[in-house]
Amino acid sequence: MSASHLCNYLEASACRYPEREAAVDPDGTTLTYRELDERANRVAGFLVEQGVRAGDRVGLVLPKTTDALTIVFGVMKARAAYVPVDWSSPADRIRTILTDCQVRALFVDGRRPDLADASNTVIWLGENAGEAAVTSQPNAFSWDTVLAHSPHRVEADARNSGDLAYILYTSGSTGIPKGVMLTHTNATSYVDWCTEVFAPTEADRFSSHAPFHFDLSILDIYVPIKHGARVDLISDELGKNPRDLARFIADHQITVWYSTPAILSLLGEFGQLDKFHYSSLRLVLFAGEVFPVKQLRKLAIQWPAPSYYNLYGPTETNVCTYAAIPTPIPEDRTEPYPIGWACSHCKALMLDSENRPVKADEEGLLHISGPSVFSGYWARPAESAAAFVEREGVRWYNTGDVVREDATDGYIYVGRRDRMVKRRGYRIELGEIETALYRHPSIQEAAVISAPHPESGVRIICFITAPKSAQPSIVEMKTFCSQHLPSYMNPDVFIFVDSLPRTSTNKINYQALIQKLQSAVRESESGASGT
Amino acid sequence: MTTQNMEEQIRQYILSEFLPGEKPANLRNDTPLRTSGVLDSVATLRMVTFVEEQFGITVEAHEASVENFDSINSIVAFIESKKQGAS
Repeated sequence: MSASHLCNYLEASACRYPEREAAVDPDGTTLTYRELDERANRVAGFLVEQGVRAGDRVGLVLPKTTDALTIVFGVMKARAAYVPVDWSSPADRIRTILTDCQVRALFVDGRRPDLADASNTVIWLGENAGEAAVTSQPNAFSWDTVLAHSPHRVEADARNSGDLAYILYTSGSTGIPKGVMLTHTNATSYVDWCTEVFAPTEADRFSSHAPFHFDLSILDIYVPIKHGARVDLISDELGKNPRDLARFIADHQITVWYSTPAILSLLGEFGQLDKFHYSSLRLVLFAGEVFPVKQLRKLAIQWPAPSYYNLYGPTETNVCTYAAIPTPIPEDRTEPYPIGWACSHCKALMLDSENRPVKADEEGLLHISGPSVFSGYWARPAESAAAFVEREGVRWYNTGDVVREDATDGYIYVGRRDRMVKRRGYRIELGEIETALYRHPSIQEAAVISAPHPESGVRIICFITAPKSAQPSIVEMKTFCSQHLPSYMNPDVFIFVDSLPRTSTNKINYQALIQKLQSAVRESESGASGT
Repeated sequence: MTTQNMEEQIRQYILSEFLPGEKPANLRNDTPLRTSGVLDSVATLRMVTFVEEQFGITVEAHEASVENFDSINSIVAFIESKKQGAS
C-alpha cells in the first residue's frame, strides 16, 4: 500500500490507533480514528452508488465540522476530488466555482437553500437541512441517509497517487476564480516534509483554524491524521474572536498552531493571553502574508516558549520555503523576516522576467519545482502552461513573487509585479474587485489599488466614477461589496473622482493613482487641519 | 454624558476609521453596521476597544455581538445598559 495517498494516512492510523481521538468538532464532540474511517467508508459507498467515478469532483459548501472532515475522506476514498468552497460566499461566486469544475455531487449546509439546484446530487447537512431537502429536487439526500449506507470496500490497489485529491479555488484577475488542481502526491510530499521538520507524535493536538478551502488546511488535517494525533476544529465564528480563541487554545492544550499572521496579530493585541496557561504550545507556524514585526514581537512576548516558523508558498506549491524565527524579537528590528530556504522536497530558482537566472545580488522571480507543485488550473490550459518555465527538462512554477537572496537567511520577499495582493492570508486579484464594482448600476468606472498599512498589512482603495445625480454613499458601496465579494476582499476606502487617469494607450494609469494616494497621505500627515 | 453626545462620538469614530470621505448624514443612527459590511469582524474588535476606553465599560467576549454593535442606536443602548447595570 503506497504511503503517498491521503486515504492511506487515515486507514493506517485507524489500524494502529482505532480508539484514539482523531478530531474534535467545534461543538465539543469527538470522533475516534475508527469512527472517522468507518463513516468515511460509508460516505464513499454512498457516492459510488450515486455514480461518482474516479476523477469526478464533489463540492463541499459547509461550515467546518467533523462531518465535513468525514466527507473529505469519503470523497477521496471514492477516488474523487473534493472541492471545498467558502460557504458564506455570495451565491453567484459559489455557483461559478461548482459549475466551473462540474461537480458530480454537492454536500451543502441547509442554511444555503439557494444552492439547491447547483448539482444533480445534493446532500443536505446541518440545522435547516430537513426543510431544504423537502423543497429541493428529486436527487436530494439527507446526511443520515449517507451515514446509513453500507461502507465502500477499499480497493487500495486501484488508488493512484497521481489522482486528483482536491481543487482549491483562488481569486482570478478577470473576476472568475481559478481552480488549483492538486494530486495526492502533491499533498503527501508536503506532509512528509512536515514530518521531517516538525516531528509530530500521536500526543500532539493540532488546531484547525483555516477553512478547508484554504491550503493551510492541508497541514492542519493530514499531518495529525498521519501521526495518530488529534485535530481540534475551530469554527469560523470562534476563529475571529481573539479572546475566546485565546481560551480555546489553552483549554484544548493545543500543541501546534498554524494560521495566517492576521489572527495571530489579533491574538497578541486583543487576546489577553496573560490570563491563560500555554505550557502545551510548542509550535507556532504562520503563512500567507507578511507578519508585521511589531505584531510578531508582541505575540512572542506573551508566548515565549514555542518555536516559531515563517512558512511560505502559494496554493500552487503549498509551503515551499521556510524560516525558523528566533524569539524574542529584538526591539530595534523593523524589517520583516525572510521566507528562508527551500524545503527539502522542493527546489528553488530565481529568474528574471526573460526567464534567465539572475546575477548575484539581483532580485528575481522565485520559481519552484518538485513533487508538491500543482498540475495546472482546472480547464485553463493556456493559463496553466503560462505559469511554468521549462529549463533543462525540469518544469519550474513561477510564483510571481519577487525575492532577493541573502547568504545567511535565505530568500527575502520583496513584492510582486502584478495586481495581486494578500490580505488575511487570502490571495486577492484587484481585478476581481473591479469586476464586482462594475456590477453596481451607478458605477461607470472603477480602479482598485492597494497600499501598505502598518497595522493591517494592506489597505484596498477604490477609485470610482458615477453620475453626480446617482452617486452612491460610501455606506452603500460597502454594503454592495459585502454582498458581492467574500469578506476578505471588501475594500477599505472608496474615493469618488470625476474621471480616472489614463495612459497614452488609454489604459487606466494605476501608477498615477498610487501617486495621487501617496501625495494625499503626505498632505494629511504634514499637519493640514484634520478631523 | 448625554445620549446625543455618545451618538456623536461613536459616529465620528466610525466615520474617521471606517468610512473615510463619507458624508456624516449618510451614517444615520439606525444604519446597519455589521449586517451591511460597514464593520467587519476586525473593525468590530477596534470598536469594542474604543467603546471600552471612551466610555469606561468592560465588554465581555460574548457581548461583542452583531446584535449589540449593528447600529449606533444599539451601541449606545448597550453602553447605557452597562453603565446602569455594572460598576
